[in-house]
Amino acid sequence: MTIRVGVVTFPGSLDDHDARRAVRIAGAEPIALWHKDKNLQQVDAVVLPGGFSYGDYLRCGAISRFSPVMESVIEQAQAGLPVLGICNGFQILCESHLLPGALTRNDHLHFICRDQKLRIENTSTAWTSDFEPGQEITVPLKNGEGGFVADERTLDMLEAEGRVIARYLDLNPNGSRRDIAGISNAAGNVVGLMPHPEHAVEPLTGPTTEGLPFFTSILKRLVNA
Amino acid sequence: MARVVVDVMLKPEILDPQGQAVQRALPRLGFDGITDVRQGKRFELELEGPVDEAALARIREAAESFLANTVIEDFTVRVEAEGEK
Repeated sequence: MTIRVGVVTFPGSLDDHDARRAVRIAGAEPIALWHKDKNLQQVDAVVLPGGFSYGDYLRCGAISRFSPVMESVIEQAQAGLPVLGICNGFQILCESHLLPGALTRNDHLHFICRDQKLRIENTSTAWTSDFEPGQEITVPLKNGEGGFVADERTLDMLEAEGRVIARYLDLNPNGSRRDIAGISNAAGNVVGLMPHPEHAVEPLTGPTTEGLPFFTSILKRLVNA
Repeated sequence: MARVVVDVMLKPEILDPQGQAVQRALPRLGFDGITDVRQGKRFELELEGPVDEAALARIREAAESFLANTVIEDFTVRVEAEGEK
């Protein structure tokens, strides 16, 4: 059985090709999805890639959130479809209210691009089960508006429910509250992540291959389902 | 034609690094005595019909769901008087 993972392209998406490549390297079949198309082509999971959809106009992800494809993604994510939002995709998930909180301008105002160390905090979600608990990984990070914010009550809830799935180590690159790099929804099928695991899936182009388990996790989950 | 203005500001508890950068630049340019700067967005909406309660209710809905992200931002809606700029 071939697992089919859809990768959405919005106008201004940049990392859709790398996301599709990561899906392929992980052993699944990548399916290109278009922002104007409501039809998700019966994919088994969806990746919302990084980039600057709609030029980041209004707010990052604010316009993409109302695109036809997102109507279907939101509806099916609420019914359990695994969805991973990376960087701009994370912003879209927050704007869609599939994930709580918001991503704001980096506290130092600079765009940042570096290889970032992370600790995987929760290995029970659809996208992190192939990691070891507490595993430390290094993957590229590149953002201008990556500071995760939410009110104290929401932050406490995320912590208490184990929904902080990855945390920045050594350096907080953007002012994210409590060093949060990624979170999940309550059911664990929707995950948002600011760093870019899809750029760390093979030695030729990545600093490591430690991003790959995000993509193999979903395969394992779906094959065992 | 009527104009409705929607102002969107980051909530007070949300860090505004852009506003802080502006504030830090002001004294260097000789503008003293400004203790805080918050940067926001202003939307000017031109309406086809009259600005009645129903029209304003729709605009509030648009502001709440789209123009502002109420997780981090507050908004105000006001009608701009004739001739006002």
